[in-house]
Amino acid sequence: MSTDAPYLRLEGIRKSFGSFRALRDIDLTIRRGEFVCFLGPSGCGKTTLLRIIAGLETQTAGRIRQGERDISVLPPAERDYGIVFQSYALFPNLSVADNVAYGLVNRRDPKAKIAARVDELLKLVGLPASGGKFPAQLSGGQQQRIALARALATEPGLLLLDEPLSALDALERVRLRQEIRSLQQKLGVTTIMVTHDQEEALSVADRIVVMNHGVIEQVGTPMQIYRDPATPFVADFVGKINVLSGRLHPGGDLRIGNKRFACKHDTDAERDVKVYLRPEDVLARPIAAGDPNVFDGAIDKIEFLGSYCLVRVNAESIGSEPITVYLSLNYLAEEGLAVGSRLPFKVLPERMRFF
Amino acid sequence: MSALLPLSTTRVVRQRAHWTDRVAHGAMLVIVAGLVVFLALPLATILAKSLQNVDGGFVGLANFTSYLKTPTLLRSFVNSVSVALLVTLVAVPMAFVFAYALARSCIAGKPIFRTIALVPLLAPTLLSAISLIYWFGNQGVARGLIHALGFENIYGAPGVVVAECFYVFPHALMIIVSALALADARLYEAARALGTSRRRTFFTITLPGAKYGLISAALVCFTLVMTDFGIPKVIGGNFNMLATDVFKLVIGQQDFQRGAVVGLLLLTPAVLTFGIDWLVQRKQTAMLSARAVPYAPRPSRCFDTLMLGYVSVISALMLAMLGMAIFASLATYWPYDLAPTLKHYTLGLVDAEVGPAFINSFELAAGTAFFGTIVVFVGAYMLEKTRGMEALRPIVRMLSMLPMAVPGLVLGLGYIFFFNAPGNPLGALYQTMTLLIICTIVHFYTTGHLTAVTALKSLDAEFEAVSASLKVPFFTTFRRVTLPICTPTLVDIARYFFVNAMTTISAVVFLYSPATKTAAIAILRLDEAGEAGAAAACCVLITLASTVVTLLFMGAGAWVGRRTQAWRRPALA
Repeated sequence: MSTDAPYLRLEGIRKSFGSFRALRDIDLTIRRGEFVCFLGPSGCGKTTLLRIIAGLETQTAGRIRQGERDISVLPPAERDYGIVFQSYALFPNLSVADNVAYGLVNRRDPKAKIAARVDELLKLVGLPASGGKFPAQLSGGQQQRIALARALATEPGLLLLDEPLSALDALERVRLRQEIRSLQQKLGVTTIMVTHDQEEALSVADRIVVMNHGVIEQVGTPMQIYRDPATPFVADFVGKINVLSGRLHPGGDLRIGNKRFACKHDTDAERDVKVYLRPEDVLARPIAAGDPNVFDGAIDKIEFLGSYCLVRVNAESIGSEPITVYLSLNYLAEEGLAVGSRLPFKVLPERMRFF
Repeated sequence: MSALLPLSTTRVVRQRAHWTDRVAHGAMLVIVAGLVVFLALPLATILAKSLQNVDGGFVGLANFTSYLKTPTLLRSFVNSVSVALLVTLVAVPMAFVFAYALARSCIAGKPIFRTIALVPLLAPTLLSAISLIYWFGNQGVARGLIHALGFENIYGAPGVVVAECFYVFPHALMIIVSALALADARLYEAARALGTSRRRTFFTITLPGAKYGLISAALVCFTLVMTDFGIPKVIGGNFNMLATDVFKLVIGQQDFQRGAVVGLLLLTPAVLTFGIDWLVQRKQTAMLSARAVPYAPRPSRCFDTLMLGYVSVISALMLAMLGMAIFASLATYWPYDLAPTLKHYTLGLVDAEVGPAFINSFELAAGTAFFGTIVVFVGAYMLEKTRGMEALRPIVRMLSMLPMAVPGLVLGLGYIFFFNAPGNPLGALYQTMTLLIICTIVHFYTTGHLTAVTALKSLDAEFEAVSASLKVPFFTTFRRVTLPICTPTLVDIARYFFVNAMTTISAVVFLYSPATKTAAIAILRLDEAGEAGAAAACCVLITLASTVVTLLFMGAGAWVGRRTQAWRRPALA
């Protein structure tokens, strides 16, 4: 969907509240038609950054360009975006149709044209024929769809979504995020969504901007963020991960506890490393006789999660910290595994990250 | 990239203001200017006067020292403080028990008892004083009771204390009722599950929960009594208090300097209690979480009977006050000929020119309700929902809260000093109905302001942000969304302004002219002239008018509610 043309450019965005520095020199370029998620824990500055792009807050320093325009000091009304908030912010005393038409009426379009546009938008968000209802008569998910229609009504160049799914229940959240994604692809509107839910970000974004303590930790595709985290924070924040202490020797010779592993990571001088390893990169099968990178462990705890289980394994040979792996329910049953069972595990060396 | 667009690192980025923002800024400046001219400057003039001699020369604290050397005036100070303390100590516990019965017992007829207890709010403050005189005065029906209790007569401290108790009771009751209404049922369920006794539950959950409400009620009572003018004027006799002193000094003796000193003495406790209350209220905000479950009392025969007895006695006393005023206003020639007549209403009111005074009262009340509601709501909206002018906002916020700390008497005093001063271009306003309306709006500004702020805060904070993103100016959203949603609140604020303007005396007493005399002031004049029957009739008429108007407003509120609040009913779904 996205082209290579830069559409939104943030340069040196800084925001201080008194002595607290909410954002420190943020540089970011977003391409036309791209779906970008700002992901991070609460207080990381992601919402502040979105509100600065919207002009609802003013940056302490820095510039913003949208398309050909420098919008750094423009008030919200002179910028070009639609926005959706976690609280929906629908006008409760206006009908759904009036809510969607809110920005259109102001442009003095003829009534018939407005009505046609409202119908089109309501169809677009999957709620035709709900125009006469009041917001309070709709479910949370439906209200958020209306808020989306209202934000898109004036065909803005940029769609800003501030935790739009956080107030919804789990099922509705998953359904609506896919709808938002396909809508965005259909319209090709450049979109920024703020979220603290990594699964949400991974599932819908073209690129994810991971933020922490007012700085960008990493910008990348969901796969890059997950497979190739740039910092320990990203590795920890996105997905589950095991952290092991080891020592890396020249020639890709990694020692963890008293085990030796052959890894793809070379070093000039011997050094201590933290090894980051996702649970799915520790395998229980297939393991052939003589496979390298294998260690023994005893099952300490099994957390049932449905089709698979999160299994905590004590592997004395690679240190005192237990290691977490995923094992399928079928596998556990076939092998008759239970707490206390010992079995071998294989590590995928190419999946290890070192910090 | 930074090289292409050099960043200024020294200067903080400032967003350009949209023209609609400038409209908001203009409105805010007008509100600030109004509050400065009609609140801050008059108060500052009192301070200035207290430090000057008759010719306007600076004399430092000479007026204060001369005041302290006048034993009669000092006596008034002691009188005021002791009466205020006594009334607070009596009225607050009485109101607490009453509120407790309403909130925590299963007695029948709660709305009726509540309404009866709140009736004094609709009457001029001095209704209770006039009634007391009819009950226990020299020609009172139950004067024997006073002698039996060991008092010589009702005039003076005893009468003032009793009348003030009636006056402040509904104020204390409203505060405590809302404090008790904040109970979280889950705390009580937890206490019961742990086998806690009723007594211990009361002292460990109920009382601490209502603590802030009690403090607040006590402070309000103290201030109201300290600064009340009508009751001591009518029933105080030779018992001097600060509020009556101010009037005598300023209107009687034209001694503006010492009047200013007494004004400041009245202002100080009010500002202090206001400050304490503000600190206390700030702590209270986190008391009730969104997950709290409302408390529902469980029947208990013994407790409920006890409570029913109590509220019945208090309600009977309330009705006795009101009833006596009505009865006396209908008596032909008290106490000799009690045959009912309307002559006090007809002859008395016509002869004493109370008719025009009533028209003035309605004009004052309608003007205050209409303009006050607009100013208060627009002011609150500008403060809560617009952007920019950050330096000005704390000032507007403070000036909006200040009237609560300023007794009406002090405000009126400030108005005399400020608007009556030679050379003030606004002097033409002095004694006009316009100034009376402005003064009354300012006097009751804070309650209206807080009501409006509460309503506005309950709206989604992002309405204005969404509007801006859709390029809709804030005033369109104000008209299409904010106003329709807040109409019930507007009706409430207007009713509050109207009723208070009908019954107020304290500020207006300094500012009226014969042409702008209000009905509440007329009561004072009638009482002074010995026309007790007509004074009682006038009290009754004002109470009646307030009641009718309140009912009309409630009806209008219900009608407006049906028309504008249809969206609140999700049942259609």
